Amino acid sequence: MRELELYFGPQHVGMVGNFGIVLTVEGDTVVRARSNPGYLHRGFEKLMEYRTYMQNFPLVCRLNVMDPDPEEMVYAMAVEELAGLTVPPRAHYIRTIVLEMSRINSHLFWLWGFGNLLGFDTIGQWAMGDRDYFLDCFEMLCGGRVYHTYIWPGGVRRDLPDGFQDKLRAALDNLERMLPDYDEVFFNNRIFADRTRGIASFTREEAVSMGLTGANLRATGARVDVRREEPYAAYADLDFEVPTMDAGDSYSRAVVIRREIDQSISIIRQALEKMPAGPAWKKTPNPFKWRVRPGEAYAKIESARGEDGMYLVSDGSDKPRRAFVRGPSYPAAILMLEKLLEGASLSDVGHIMLSLNIAAPEVDR
Amino acid sequence: MITEKKSIFRPFTALKYLFRRPHTFCFPFEQKPTADRYRGLHLNDREACTGCGNCADICPNQAIAMVEQPDVAPCPGKKNELPQVDYGRCCFCGLCVDICPPGSLSLARDYIHIAPSPESFLAYVPATEASGGEAFVTPPDYSIMKASLSHRLADNAGFVSEMDYSLVDFERVPMEVVPPEDRRNSFVEIVKGFSEEQARREASRCLDCGLCEDACPANMGIADYVRAIWEGDNAAAVRVFYEKNPLPSICGRVCTHKCEEACGIGRRGQPVAIRWLKRYAADSVPPERLGEILARGPAETAQKKVAIVGAGPAGLSCAYYLALAGHSATIFEALPKPGGVMRYGIPEYRLPYDALDKDIGHIQSLGVEIRCSTRVGRDVTLDGLHADFDAVFLATGFHVGRSTRVEGTDHPHVFQALDLLREITRGGDVMVGRKIVVIGGGDVAMDIARSMARLQATRYGTIHTTCCCLESEDIIPASREEIDEAREEGITVCPARGPQRVEIDAGRIRGLHTVECTSVFDEHGRFDPKLNPENKQFFEADMIVEAIGQAPDLSYVPESLDEKLAKEGRRIQVSEDLQTSLPWLFVGGDLIEGPDVIHAIANGHAAARGIASFLESKS
Repeated sequence: MRELELYFGPQHVGMVGNFGIVLTVEGDTVVRARSNPGYLHRGFEKLMEYRTYMQNFPLVCRLNVMDPDPEEMVYAMAVEELAGLTVPPRAHYIRTIVLEMSRINSHLFWLWGFGNLLGFDTIGQWAMGDRDYFLDCFEMLCGGRVYHTYIWPGGVRRDLPDGFQDKLRAALDNLERMLPDYDEVFFNNRIFADRTRGIASFTREEAVSMGLTGANLRATGARVDVRREEPYAAYADLDFEVPTMDAGDSYSRAVVIRREIDQSISIIRQALEKMPAGPAWKKTPNPFKWRVRPGEAYAKIESARGEDGMYLVSDGSDKPRRAFVRGPSYPAAILMLEKLLEGASLSDVGHIMLSLNIAAPEVDR
Repeated sequence: MITEKKSIFRPFTALKYLFRRPHTFCFPFEQKPTADRYRGLHLNDREACTGCGNCADICPNQAIAMVEQPDVAPCPGKKNELPQVDYGRCCFCGLCVDICPPGSLSLARDYIHIAPSPESFLAYVPATEASGGEAFVTPPDYSIMKASLSHRLADNAGFVSEMDYSLVDFERVPMEVVPPEDRRNSFVEIVKGFSEEQARREASRCLDCGLCEDACPANMGIADYVRAIWEGDNAAAVRVFYEKNPLPSICGRVCTHKCEEACGIGRRGQPVAIRWLKRYAADSVPPERLGEILARGPAETAQKKVAIVGAGPAGLSCAYYLALAGHSATIFEALPKPGGVMRYGIPEYRLPYDALDKDIGHIQSLGVEIRCSTRVGRDVTLDGLHADFDAVFLATGFHVGRSTRVEGTDHPHVFQALDLLREITRGGDVMVGRKIVVIGGGDVAMDIARSMARLQATRYGTIHTTCCCLESEDIIPASREEIDEAREEGITVCPARGPQRVEIDAGRIRGLHTVECTSVFDEHGRFDPKLNPENKQFFEADMIVEAIGQAPDLSYVPESLDEKLAKEGRRIQVSEDLQTSLPWLFVGGDLIEGPDVIHAIANGHAAARGIASFLESKS
């Protein structure tokens, strides 16, 4: 049969952003797939070398539109380690809440795309609608709905506004009320299971060898989570589970993500309960005269997509000498995706890609 | 998750959503309230904005440019510039709001913005004439269809600056002082000065905006030297001092710090302690290293001779810059040591003699000759100076005290503050009353009150000094720290009292009668005290000191010369270069600016430039 070359993205409604896949197909079967990143390349890492430590903070959130707060967090943690800053306890709790809100946001956004690509419109609309309650919370907290620029070196940018906790609890209540319906129409739906079970599966060894983390790795049975192994923020004080599945297929990954939403809700509720009083920010030095002592730091956290890392090198000046971002989407989008698509059905390309929960800017740093 | 068999009616449970109120979009349209901290387009309070440009400096996207406003005149602490935002670059991070020292910048609370004209959009200057006074208006019936036509409201600020979360450090590094009980009976210097760590921490607060430089009469490179101190390079800081000011150890202690009053951080917090930083850097360099650090000897040019009358700040500064320009400067000083009011007026606890000697010593090391105990008009004449020198600079200052002339002030135990201060410095035998009343509320009044209190404490062991002035507590002319420190030392400061009569009984002073002063100035700001004779108060005293102001003494100028000088009122008229109507004669310092050390230094520098160019044109 004749081979055809198809461009899936970057101009494609099912695409995860400015990213593309070059598919070689034979009939309905994919013979080869080549990931085609670079459409979003803004040179984040290089830009960071030309901005002061404070000026970099509004930049890093752009590394992931769907889940910007972990990027801010991991940058703040790296700077704090380099500069030897201490963060007040209240800021740790606020950061934890914000990170989990971001995780829920990201998962709901993912659910919209994933549902749509499998032909489920309703779940997508619901997920985006319920996400809006959290966007309102973000707007109240920091003035921005999508890019929050809220977690910065030394703590957070403002304390919780009056009435925030009630608003956030209302958003959580709403989501908890909706989740059974989510399960009803989607996660417990036979069509969903039939479309995803056994599709795009890989073993734990393959995942580890390619550097996959997050839900992609946990879906192969590995109970790996940075929040558990090297707790940051207030995670050490909070009680939560790390959901896993064993099959390592598209279905398992989706179910792990669904269960993580439950855990995030529980974490936020605990953090709101235990929130200590006190300042939410330790003033950092004058941004025009802030020279960070020479050294290097690697900070890592668990974002919605897996282990998110930031490596910073300081030469004692007011700007980082080198910045490197470890985006969890990188190995998934470049290495694993190409492998999984080989031999896949053309109709599964979109949902395989989304089952890996790829964010394009994390690839194009 | 289970995928069991489901009832055929299950889908109908979704009908309940028909009756649930949707969150994202309602019909009919309802305007969604914006959050209090919403980060929309910029708003700027034009009155509060200092034009410092820190917003432009912090912006990570270089979206902000400072635009000159030709219709606004700059003044100390305010530039005639406003920020202009390029929204093609702005990412709405709000760092500009968090760095704004006066907190004038904020982000608006509107979701959608359209500006009526490109100009108002870029500079967001509300209320222009072109817009009919209203640049920011919303249509009365807001709807989603008309949303794109809505304009910003000028007072609809969302994300605003909060001091606790501002990137600006509003708190000074505290300065250690000698506690009142230790300083009461000694003339030891009160302010201890910064350590290196404290100085660098304080210097790190400076945002480099340069508002202070515009306010400094001598136009010193403040941002540069504060940065040098922060970097730990005190020698570089000293080099910056000497470009505009050859008396840094003195100014670092007693300057009237117009710079700190202009400091943008002072709008909401404590200004950078520029004066103490200068003192720290000046003190950190020992006198013997000054020559090496500055590496600026006198220029090897044809030397002209310049006579300077008065070794105060203006005369010394003029001599220094003349020496650098290669001229031979000779200073004639009536008193036994150089320094003028700085030595004979300012008490030692504020300005120790070592600091004076260090600064003056460096000026002398450049070949400046200071002839002390040589009074012009007695030992030499002005005409003689004119004959022997190519140019003459008069900087004799204000050193004659004014009198209130109330009844009884002709008593021998009523003194002038400046005379007493001079005698204290000279080590003369000064009368110290057991109960002293000082009339006046300026810095000189505080100086004499605190000096007399120290003498009382050493001689009698107790302090009984009262300071009364016309001005009420909120407008006392002395600096706030002087008043507070005087009170800490046990001096009673009584504001709003007008002196009426000195009570004298059997040739001895018994005290001072005063009445309440209800206002000092009239509506035009002219001196016109209003008294309330009903409210009387009597202060017991056996000695009274008047410190209500100083005047110049130009009696050494011969009449024949005085007639030829053009005057502005009672002041001698001078050009920008301080040249009088007689080309060889220059006048500066307090004679022109009134009493102020940094103005005098700036004057001396300007006179040196003027004299140098006069001498060049002459040759």
